[in-house]
Amino acid sequence: MATSIDVSDVNIYYGDFKAVEGVNMTIKARSVTAFIGPSGCGKSTFLRTLNRMHEVIPGARVEGKIVLQGQDMYAPSVDPVAVRRQVGMVFQRANPFPTMSIYENVLAGNRLNNKRLKKSEADTIVERSLKGANLWNEVKDRLNKPGMGLSGGQQQRLCIARAIAVQPQVLLMDEPCSALDPISTSAIEDLIHELKSTYTIVIVTHNMQQAARVSDETGFFNLKATGEPGHLVEFNSTEKMFTNPDNEATEAYISGRFG
Amino acid sequence: MSTSLDSPPELMPPEDEPQLEGHSTFGDRFFRFLATSAGVAIMVALALVFLFLGLEGFPGFDVDPSNYDGKGSFGSLVLALLFGTTYAAIIALIIAVPFAIGVALFISHYAPRWLSKPTAYVIDLLAAVPSVVFGLWGGLAFGPYIQPAHVWLHEHLSWLPFFSPTPSATGRTMLTAGFVLAIMILPIITSLCREIFAQTPRLHEEAALALGATRWETVRYAVFPYARSGMVSAVMLGLGRALGETMAVSMVLSSAPIITLGIIGSENSRTIAAHIAQNYKETTPDKVAVLIACGLVLFAFTFAVNALARYIVQRGERSHA
Repeated sequence: MATSIDVSDVNIYYGDFKAVEGVNMTIKARSVTAFIGPSGCGKSTFLRTLNRMHEVIPGARVEGKIVLQGQDMYAPSVDPVAVRRQVGMVFQRANPFPTMSIYENVLAGNRLNNKRLKKSEADTIVERSLKGANLWNEVKDRLNKPGMGLSGGQQQRLCIARAIAVQPQVLLMDEPCSALDPISTSAIEDLIHELKSTYTIVIVTHNMQQAARVSDETGFFNLKATGEPGHLVEFNSTEKMFTNPDNEATEAYISGRFG
Repeated sequence: MSTSLDSPPELMPPEDEPQLEGHSTFGDRFFRFLATSAGVAIMVALALVFLFLGLEGFPGFDVDPSNYDGKGSFGSLVLALLFGTTYAAIIALIIAVPFAIGVALFISHYAPRWLSKPTAYVIDLLAAVPSVVFGLWGGLAFGPYIQPAHVWLHEHLSWLPFFSPTPSATGRTMLTAGFVLAIMILPIITSLCREIFAQTPRLHEEAALALGATRWETVRYAVFPYARSGMVSAVMLGLGRALGETMAVSMVLSSAPIITLGIIGSENSRTIAAHIAQNYKETTPDKVAVLIACGLVLFAFTFAVNALARYIVQRGERSHA
C-alpha cells in the first residue's frame, strides 16, 4: 500500500515570490519523515506540494518533479483530485466537518465521487479506521454524535481516521500536535508509530523532540536570509541529524544556537 | 468598587485630577443621546405606523360589501390578495434562489479574481435600478418578449394547473411578474450568499479538498453546511422584498382579486401592494379604509415572515454551535 516519493528540483512560488528553492529528496515508504526548521522556512509549503494542496491558493505554483508510484504528480495529465485521494493530509488544527456525526466524518472521503456504500461496508470502514486511529473505544457508543463534541485530541484522531479511511498511500501531517496538550500529543505520537507500518508518513513539526521521537529521517529547512527563498539544508537519518549532522547550520539549530 | 474609591489619592498618577466627575465626556454623552434617540425613534415610528394602520384600517374590516371589489367580505378579498401576494413571491423565489446561489458561488469560488469583482459589482448595481423602471421594462418589453414562451408552456404542459389557462396575448402575466420580481430580489440574495460563502473557514474547505473532493464536492461538504442559516436569512430577506414590492407588479400584471393557480393567462391573482397602488385614488372613505386594512394585513404578514426567518436562523445557529 505504501509508496516512496521522489522529489527532484522543486521550486515553489506564491505568485512571483519564490518561497522554496531547489528541493531534492527521496521519502522512504513505510517510514516517518519529519521536516523541521524555523517559521517561514517553507516546510509546510513544501509539505502541501506533496498532495497538490499548495496550488489551491490563488497564484501559487510549483516547478519540478514529484514522483509517486512512477508517475510525476505534476504532469499535465494528472488530476490533482486523484493525487489527493492517494495522499491524505492532517492539519495543524483538527477540522472535522461541523455538521457531520463522528460516523459520517470518518466516511466523508469514501462518500466522495458519489460512491455508494452498503451499510455493512460502511460499518466496517468506520470501525477499521477508528481502530486504526486509536479512537474506537472512546467513541464506539456515540458514533452518531457530532464530531465537534469531541476533545481537541480526539478530534485530531478523528481527522486521522478520516484520512486513513480512504486507504491512501501517503499521510501528510502539518504540525498535527501543535494545538494539543502533552497527553493528546503522546497519543498521536504513539499512533504515528503504529501507522508507519502501513503508510508513508511525512510530518512537519516545530518540536524537535517530537521529530527525534517519531521520525526515521529528518529534513532541515532554513532561509538563506530574510526575503530569500527557503531551502532544504540537510536530509539525513534522524539519528544522524540529532547526534552528528553534516551541516553546521543544522547543528546550530538543533542544539538551540540558532543562526 | 468601594476599594478603588476609597484608595488614597497618593496612588493616583500625580499629574491627574481624579477623573470621577468626567467633565470631558460631553462628546460621549452627546453620541449616546444621538444613538439612543435614533433607536427609540425607529421603534416609535414602527409603533405609529402600526397604530395608524390599525385605527384607519379597522373600519375597513366591515363596510358595505360593495367596497370589496366584488367579494362579499373583507376576509375573502384579503384572502385572494394574500394568495396573489404569496404566489407572486414564491414564483419569484423559485426563479431567483437557484440563480442567486449559482451567481454567488461563481463569484466566491469559481470565477477567476479578475472576473469575480466586476460580476459582484454588476449584480449589486441591479439593486440600484428603481422598481418603476423594472415595471416599465417588464410590462412593455419583457412581457411581450416572453409571450411565445407562455404559448409553448401552454402547448406542452397544459396538464399542469399553472399552464392550463389560455395564454395571455400581452404577456402581462403572473409568470412575467415572477420573473421581474426575481430579477429585483436577485441582488440581495446574491450579495448576502456571496458574503457568507466567502467566510467559509479555510480549514473546512481544506479538509474536503485534502480528501480528494472536487470543487463542487468541497462546496457541498464545507461551504453549504457552513452557510445554511445565512442562506435561509438571505432568501427570507428576498421574500420580504418580493412580498412588499408594488410598482413592478402593478405595472406588469393585469390582475383581479381572484385565486387562480394559472400563471400564463390574462386572469391573474393580484397582490396586496398592487391592489393598494391601483386603487388608492378612490375617494370614498370606506374604500380607503379597506385599502388601509389590506395594508395592515400585509404589514402583519411580512412581520410574521421575518419573525419566522429569524427563528429559523437562530435555531440553525444554535445547532451549529
